[in-house]
This record gives sequence, C-alpha cells and structure tokens, in this order.
Amino acid sequence: MSELCFQLKGSVVTAIVLELYRYARDDFSAQLADKVRQAPMFFQQTPVVISLEKLEPDQGAIDIDDLLALCREFGLRPMAVKGAPGELTALLEQRGLALLPAGNAGRAVMPEPEPKPAAEASGTPEVVVKTVVEEKLVHRSSKVVTRPVRSGQQVYAEGADLIVLAPVSEGAEILADGNIHVYGALRGRALAGVKGDEGARIFCQSLEAELVSIAGNFKLSDGLRETVWKSPAQLYLQDDTLFVKPL
Amino acid sequence: MAKIIVVTSGKGGVGKTTSSAAIGTGLAIKGFKTAIIDFDVGLRNLDLIMGCERRVVYDFVNVINNEATLNQALIKDKRTPNLFILPASQTRDKDALTEEGVQAVLNELSRDFDYIVCDSPAGIEKGAQMALYYADIAIVVTNPEVSSVRDSDRILGILQSKTRRAEAGEDPVEEHLLLTRYNPARVQVGEMLSVQDVEEILAIPLLGVIPESEAVLKASNQGMPVILDDGAEAGQAYADAVSRLLGEEVGHRFLEVQKKSFLKRLLGGK
Repeated sequence: MSELCFQLKGSVVTAIVLELYRYARDDFSAQLADKVRQAPMFFQQTPVVISLEKLEPDQGAIDIDDLLALCREFGLRPMAVKGAPGELTALLEQRGLALLPAGNAGRAVMPEPEPKPAAEASGTPEVVVKTVVEEKLVHRSSKVVTRPVRSGQQVYAEGADLIVLAPVSEGAEILADGNIHVYGALRGRALAGVKGDEGARIFCQSLEAELVSIAGNFKLSDGLRETVWKSPAQLYLQDDTLFVKPL
Repeated sequence: MAKIIVVTSGKGGVGKTTSSAAIGTGLAIKGFKTAIIDFDVGLRNLDLIMGCERRVVYDFVNVINNEATLNQALIKDKRTPNLFILPASQTRDKDALTEEGVQAVLNELSRDFDYIVCDSPAGIEKGAQMALYYADIAIVVTNPEVSSVRDSDRILGILQSKTRRAEAGEDPVEEHLLLTRYNPARVQVGEMLSVQDVEEILAIPLLGVIPESEAVLKASNQGMPVILDDGAEAGQAYADAVSRLLGEEVGHRFLEVQKKSFLKRLLGGK
C-alpha cells in the first residue's frame, strides 16, 4: 500500500453555483459586492461553478475573462462552467476551467437568502436569523406504538420521539432520533438520539433491556443489572457518559 | 363462513400437531364441522397422530395442483363425527404451497365447515407463513422455557404484520397462548418458567395450560388425539381449552403440584 503515490476517491464537495441571467459589468459587480458584504467569510476561497444555462437569449457575447477576473476579485474561485455554448469551449479550456454539461438545472440552487452565510456572518441581517429559528422550532409529532414490539421487529421514529404503550420484547429494537418512552417492560434494545442528539433520553417503566444507547453511547444489560433493574428508570447522557437513574 | 384457526409456535417439537389434533377433535365433539389441515408439507405427521395414515390417498398439494378434488382428499375421521383431515404431502416441499392454491382450498372449505384448523410447520419460513396468512384466530403453542417463549414472540410479531388481516387493515388476528408440557413440580424448584412468567413476556390471553403427561406420548403412538382420553389430565386440559376458545368461562386446572396421599406415597403409586 505504501508504494502508491495516490489513491482516487469519489467525493462530494459543496460548491456555489452562480447562475447567470444576464451580464453587464457594472450591475454584476454591484450585486456581487452586495452579496459579499453580507457574508464576507463565506466568499473567501469559495469554489464556484458558473452556469450559463439560464442566460437570457438576447444576451450578447460575454467577456469571459472580465467575468472571471471580477469573481476572483471578490474571493470566488471559478472552477467550472456549466452549459457553456460551443463557441466558448475552446476559450474556457484555455483558461483551465472544467466544462460541465447542462442539466440538473435548479437542483443545486442555493436558497435565497442563504441561511449558511447568514449564520457565519458578523452583521447578520435580521430576516435571515428569523428563518433559521423557525426551522428549528418545527414540531414533528411523536410516533406512538400501542401494540407489543415483538422479537425481530424494529420500530424507528425518524426525526421524532417514540412512545411505546406496551412491552418491548427481547430481540426487538426500537430507535428514535429523539427521546424514547416505554410504558411497559423494556426487554429489547432501545437507541435514542440515533442521529447524534446528545440531549435525547430514554424513559421506561421496567428496565430489563439488552442494550440501551443514546447518541451512540451504549450500555449492555450486564452494566445495567448493577444499577436500576426491573424498575422504572431514565437514561441520559452527560459528558459522554451514560447515566441510569431510578424514576 | 368458517373461522380459520392457525396452531403455530416458531419452535419445533413444542406440541403443535398434538394440539391441532386435540383442538380440532374438541371442536368437532362440540358439534362444529371441523377440518384440520396439515401444512407441514414434506414432514407430514398429523395423519399419524389422528390414526388415519393408511387412508391417505390424495393430499393437500394434489388439491392445490388440481390433481384431485377436495372431497377426494379429505379423510373423514372414524371416531368423531363432523371431523375431517386434509393430510400433507410427504414427497413434496413447502414451495408446493402457493398463495392462490391455499386460498382456493380455504375458500372451498369455508363454504360448509365451521372451523378450519391449520397445523403450521415449525420455523418462520414459507410453510409457516402460508399456514398463518389467512388466519382469523392464532393459537400460539409455547413450552415453559426461554427459547420457545422467544420464538413464540417472534411468531406473534409475524402475526401482526404478515397476515391477510394485517395487510388488509382489518381487525387483528385473535391471539391465544397455549402453554404445553407444563410441569408444576419443576416450576416450583425453578427449573421451568411459570405461567405468570410466560404470560408477562408474551402479553396475550391464556387459552390453556396442558400438563406434561405420559398420556400424550401414548395417545400419539396409538394414533388417537389425547383429548379423547378422558382419564388423562392432558386430555381434560385440552377440553377446557376448547371450551374457552368457544367463549366459555372455565377455571385453569393442573397448575399446582398434586399432593400425593399418604396411602399412595406408601404404595409408591403415581
């Protein structure tokens, strides 16, 4: 292995797509300057793909060198051009830019206003902050299971809490992105905060679990027998340690 | 319309066929026209327990493949009126059971029978899934030991998800627990799970507890359903279970250790 000089790996890199509708040097410069002022950190050394797919039909020839220079001036690093017309290909290749075929239009469009630059920016505009907070407060109702969860069954509450009003058998597995409540004996495996929520907790009426886990920190039944066993308990995470406390 | 009862367990050797034979016979004794179907294609046993092995000409798979009519394949029980047996094929495997074929047979039987008892093979594969797919009622046969209880739990999960009723979003399959091979003396010394332990884990209503009994083995070897042995505790326990299945209130028996009388102890009798 060590004799290899390199290895090729497929990877997904986040890039901005600059979708050009029309090009007039002054207007373009002004708009870009405005964007950069909103989030200066975001536009430093940022790879950008220039898309010419949505170019207005009556737009005349574009001074590509001029466009590239402007982008670089504001910290953007053009790396490719998407949907370039045939007469431009030779020039773009000469400038060392990759040519991407048209298609997938609109899929990679950044939302307007972009939440990410707003979060990083110092002088964050008020409107943007509001949007972010609202997104976090979106309420997803809990998943409620009323019948016993049997051996071999798996129940997953995606992006929500899981409430089980019956026993969870040995050999069954219950998972939630949020908290887990079991109003019955918990004999199987319970995994809360499976997408990494360290604030998630597990509550159960009778702790007899094979395995409990919060955000990847787990305990097996052997480790539980010494503490709270066959009685009501809650489990939570503190400083990467899983605590079991009687209820 | 007949009620379709599946006798199932997940684990093998817990007493599914013995229970199918006993419960089917019990329902027929109560006056219901009953058919017992052996779903254990390739390992047929029901005909032996029912004592009709020498009368098997056509079987379940022949009917599914339209090689015989249902009336040709059904064996009328000689002891009990109203009772019929549809034996499994010994020379085929479970792949011979097709969903459409099984449904056609059950539909035809439904027309003039009151109860259809499906004797499921062990396991959770195709044979067992076909046996329980069309069920209205499930009798889950469990022995009082941990592996049997866990397998029963697994089967209960499949009953919740892989039956016609579950797929059609109808009322769920009615579940009953039948605890077999129960030995109160061994429960007392902690060698066996108690009724309460099993009920707590499986959380379904208890249909009956069949005590471990030599009469069961004897009856199987004689080709006679144990329910016909009035003198045996196991036979009486099955009769109680059939009554409960039909909605009667019957108290549970044979749960405690029987105290031997002084005279019996002196004589060393059982």
